[in-house]
Amino acid sequence: MADSISMKKLVTRLLLVVVAMFIFGFALVPIYDVMCKAFGINGKTAGQYEGEQVTDASRQVRVQFLSTNAVDMPWDFYPKGEQLVVQPGAVNEMVFVAHNPTNRPMSAQAVPSIAPSTAAAYFHKTECFCFTQQVLQPGERIEMPMRFIVDRDMPKDVKHLTLSYTLFDITARHPPVALNTDR
Amino acid sequence: MSAVIDDHGHAGADHAHGPAKGLMRWVLTTNHKDIGTLYLWFAFCMFLLGGSFAMVIRAELFQPGLQIVEPAFFNQMTTMHGLVMVFGAVMPAFVGLANWMIPLMIGAPDMALPRMNNFSFWLLPAAFLLLVSTLFTAGGGPNFGWTFYAPLSTTYAPESVTFFIFAIHLMGISSIMGAINVIATILNLRAPGMTLMKMPLFVWTWLITAFLLIAVMPVLAGCVTMMLMDIHFGTSFFSAAGGGDPVLFQHVFWFFGHPEVYIMILPAFGAVSSIIPAFSRKPLFGYTSMVYATAAIAFLSFIVWAHHMFVVGIPLVGELFFMYATLLIAVPTGVKVFNWASTMWQGSLTFETPMLFAVAFVILFSIGGFSGLMLAIAPADFQYQDTYFVVAHFHYVLVPGAIFGIFASAYYWMPKWTGHMYDETLGKLHFWLSFIGMNMAFFPMHFVGLAGMPRRIPDYNLQFADFNMVSSIGAFMFGTTQLFFLFIVIKTIRGGPPAPAKPWDGAEGLEWSVPSPAPYHTFTTPPEVK
Repeated sequence: MADSISMKKLVTRLLLVVVAMFIFGFALVPIYDVMCKAFGINGKTAGQYEGEQVTDASRQVRVQFLSTNAVDMPWDFYPKGEQLVVQPGAVNEMVFVAHNPTNRPMSAQAVPSIAPSTAAAYFHKTECFCFTQQVLQPGERIEMPMRFIVDRDMPKDVKHLTLSYTLFDITARHPPVALNTDR
Repeated sequence: MSAVIDDHGHAGADHAHGPAKGLMRWVLTTNHKDIGTLYLWFAFCMFLLGGSFAMVIRAELFQPGLQIVEPAFFNQMTTMHGLVMVFGAVMPAFVGLANWMIPLMIGAPDMALPRMNNFSFWLLPAAFLLLVSTLFTAGGGPNFGWTFYAPLSTTYAPESVTFFIFAIHLMGISSIMGAINVIATILNLRAPGMTLMKMPLFVWTWLITAFLLIAVMPVLAGCVTMMLMDIHFGTSFFSAAGGGDPVLFQHVFWFFGHPEVYIMILPAFGAVSSIIPAFSRKPLFGYTSMVYATAAIAFLSFIVWAHHMFVVGIPLVGELFFMYATLLIAVPTGVKVFNWASTMWQGSLTFETPMLFAVAFVILFSIGGFSGLMLAIAPADFQYQDTYFVVAHFHYVLVPGAIFGIFASAYYWMPKWTGHMYDETLGKLHFWLSFIGMNMAFFPMHFVGLAGMPRRIPDYNLQFADFNMVSSIGAFMFGTTQLFFLFIVIKTIRGGPPAPAKPWDGAEGLEWSVPSPAPYHTFTTPPEVK
């Protein structure tokens, strides 16, 4: 056809589309993270919270704590209490316990999740063991405080929150700095 | 539409030449008809292979309890059945039809990029050899379902997953090259006077399919590349332990996966839109609306992917958006179904084999569409998710949709390909056995699915026993019937009444202006389209 562009140009453009879509596939990763953060979906909580809030004494929210071990994770890992009834705006604390029963040093990463997921954006952690990785020596046991504020602006219909942690074994990925160097 | 009959195939021995002799003809060929034939045979072999996997599945499910295969092998069978049918049978069959028919339909001498055409075909046997060979490895083949959700396909995958990833890469490259070739051919090689809105609908639907392919196959390639990196290079795209997210996998996969289901059905829409007018002896009703409906379906296919993920915990607003967007697809699809019905309305109908398959396509595909609407309703989907209802749904759109569309095309154009008429009695027998077998196999799955039978499990509750036995008998019937189809095709190639240039009196299009069988080279001078 006289009005069509040359074959070389056309194929080049189509190949550019292919390359662009390949890159787009990878761009979906940051897009997904940004969307989850922006809309507070997916139950992901944000990083460390720096602000302060005035306590709203007129309201109570029940926060439940759950801990789960990922497959093949031998640690004991649990919160010291099952739940807290808190007031929005106030700083609260729950202590989690981790124990490495094996005979080798291990590192672990806890990944949090909030249900209902829409409340994730209103759950602020001022201190959490999930911000870093934990390294435990054989038989070592630690208590890890987790401090949080439930936002005053959290929708009124949310009266009950569940915070769950899944603990992953990341020893292979992040080898702990071993004390007994003979290993 | 009219055309000057091209007689270059017969014109003197000084420049016209036939195919090369011997086996190397098929290895080295750049002829669109040869490559189309290769694609079609390859697709048929994969159809029989994928079908034999389905027979293993149905044999195990014939009775409750574990009788024939180990659960681990059962998982490999469901996975390989899906992969082989989607990437090995349906997609290559449509590319084969495109290779054969698009140049003939638009008056082009060949595909635009013939050498790339050869390469894109020969990548496929390599890809499937790689994929199927994993069944013989010590750890077994892929066992995580054709949707290969992470972390099942990464952290918990068998060793062979790497072979699977490279096989997907090869198939992807092959599909992308095929798609580029189709677009270049359609946009640049149309005969003078063949404007876009005069193109047969098969060409239109393939043009749109090709754009879908180049848009989503690279995303699939990216998806499996991320898996590869998670497995071997310590990244954490889909691993929560390292800060990734397994749900992300589902988003990336279904961003590819949903357009993919339209890649598997749009060319069938196009073929049926040629076949129904031919046997109704009426022009297609609403040509323009067909083109726009196809484009609308293609567009919508990009914004509905999360309806596969209603239960992963997406927010309510998301569920509502994806639910309504999905229900919206019923509108352009409805336009198509009503156009086909209107084309048949008051036509002089005859029911030769291609028409039988085409009419069955319209009716049964609509049933699959309706169960799709049921699945699209987010609150109801919580009940249907991962049950046999889903299996019934997608087999109703893929078997009488894609596969019957391919059968209809094969019977419709076989006289042009082989120069012989197929045996009409045998063709009709093939249709009725396929029709009955297919409905027997898949219709009871609706009932067991609604009653809660989960998919991808080798055993089931006793209450599902009768329906599963019916399903299995239907599946064995449908499977065996396809060997009969092989017999019909071979019989037609080897002989039969010679076919005239235009064997169907209601047929329209440039492909019927060349003799049957189509000469090795056609339209070396472009025909004039008025």
